[in-house]
Amino acid sequence: MTVLVAAALVVVAAGGTAVVLTGGPAAQAVTLSGYGLLLTVLFAVLQAPDVGLAQLAVGTVVVPLMVMLTVRANARAARKRRR
Amino acid sequence: MSRRLRLWLFAVGAAGVAVLFLAAVLRMPEFGGVVHPLRAAVLDAAAAHRTPNVVSAVNYDQRAIDTFGEETLLLTAVVGAAALLRGGDDAPPPRPPRTMEAVRAVAYLVLPVTLLLGLATVVHGALTPGGGFQGGIVLGTAVHLVYLVGGRAALDRVRPVTVYVAGEAVGTAAFAATGLAAAATGAGFLANVLPFGTAGSVLSAGTVPLLSAAVGIEVASGVVVLLAGFLRQGTAGDEAAG
Amino acid sequence: MTVLAYGVAGWLLLVGVFGVVRSRDLVHAVVCLSVAQSGSYVLLVAVGYQRGAGPPLAGSFAGPLVDPVVQALTLTDVVVSATVTALLLALSLQIARRHGTTDPDDLTGLKG
Repeated sequence: MTVLVAAALVVVAAGGTAVVLTGGPAAQAVTLSGYGLLLTVLFAVLQAPDVGLAQLAVGTVVVPLMVMLTVRANARAARKRRR
Repeated sequence: MSRRLRLWLFAVGAAGVAVLFLAAVLRMPEFGGVVHPLRAAVLDAAAAHRTPNVVSAVNYDQRAIDTFGEETLLLTAVVGAAALLRGGDDAPPPRPPRTMEAVRAVAYLVLPVTLLLGLATVVHGALTPGGGFQGGIVLGTAVHLVYLVGGRAALDRVRPVTVYVAGEAVGTAAFAATGLAAAATGAGFLANVLPFGTAGSVLSAGTVPLLSAAVGIEVASGVVVLLAGFLRQGTAGDEAAG
Repeated sequence: MTVLAYGVAGWLLLVGVFGVVRSRDLVHAVVCLSVAQSGSYVLLVAVGYQRGAGPPLAGSFAGPLVDPVVQALTLTDVVVSATVTALLLALSLQIARRHGTTDPDDLTGLKG
């Protein structure tokens, strides 16, 4: 069990770093979604099912979707402004 | 400020935080140890109110007033974001996206299951992991499976945003009304005044299921209102682009 | 193990802020901020963990249960993070509309 906890912690640290180092925000929406899944696994391993459910719903679906839509809307708004 | 200078400034600050954080960690109780000062009191209080899911007991009973503050924060953020996401050109609803038939079939099948799952999560908040937040987010997201089936036009038809704007207010008001009703009995704002029932039954744990449902309505509506704003801005002009 | 668990929380905070500092796009900065905040989830849940204890569901586990107080706090944390992220993303759209860019380095000076 301890090995599992340690592994989940290390994977989450690596996942967070990967999200930060992902270049464009559109690609980040994808890595952020994966990172949300890693956090969910960590919460499950640490016996926190309520938090895991919330993270699964918010972190892997809603927030990445909002990020992706904002990237598109921003690009369009910026193009229009510069024209 | 140049980027180089900014990174140096960050490096100095981060090094300071890291040293202080490590110094604090070395004096923390051991990870995975047995020192949990509040646990016994919280478990006893949850058992007294017959709420098996102790996290829900903390959120909707013992710490309900904090949750009320959080609901107000959620309401304010949704109102703020909805206000910021107004305007822009109202491009005509784009034609349905070119979705594969298999995806559309799966979306049709999954939609009712997801809605039921979200409802079950809200209703069983006092008993099993989950509650108003988790279930509300599932419900609010599930509606958007319609987008996969028929695009934004179909989504706009089945999801009148004004209804969800009202739902956002109704959810918050229901939470406050439950609290005020408890105060009217003389027990105090958001006190758990209803009979606790039998542990394990859906209508047990007093006001916990009521508050969970209120939060569920508010969160589901909030997610729909937010995603509606982002979808409108993010998918406008698809016809010109696609 | 203690240093690893809490160290991961501190690492997420610092790496998130690092991302904000070197970010070239406001949406990227908002995502990095949410990574920084996720450090607080890990810290809180780690504080409540106990080796061999069960989830905080009374009657589901013979033996001690992990600390539910910090898990309830984490739940609040997750929701607050999501709403703040939504608000900041909406703000970034307003900036894109008014200035034609979301690169913070191009947003210098006061514009009317």
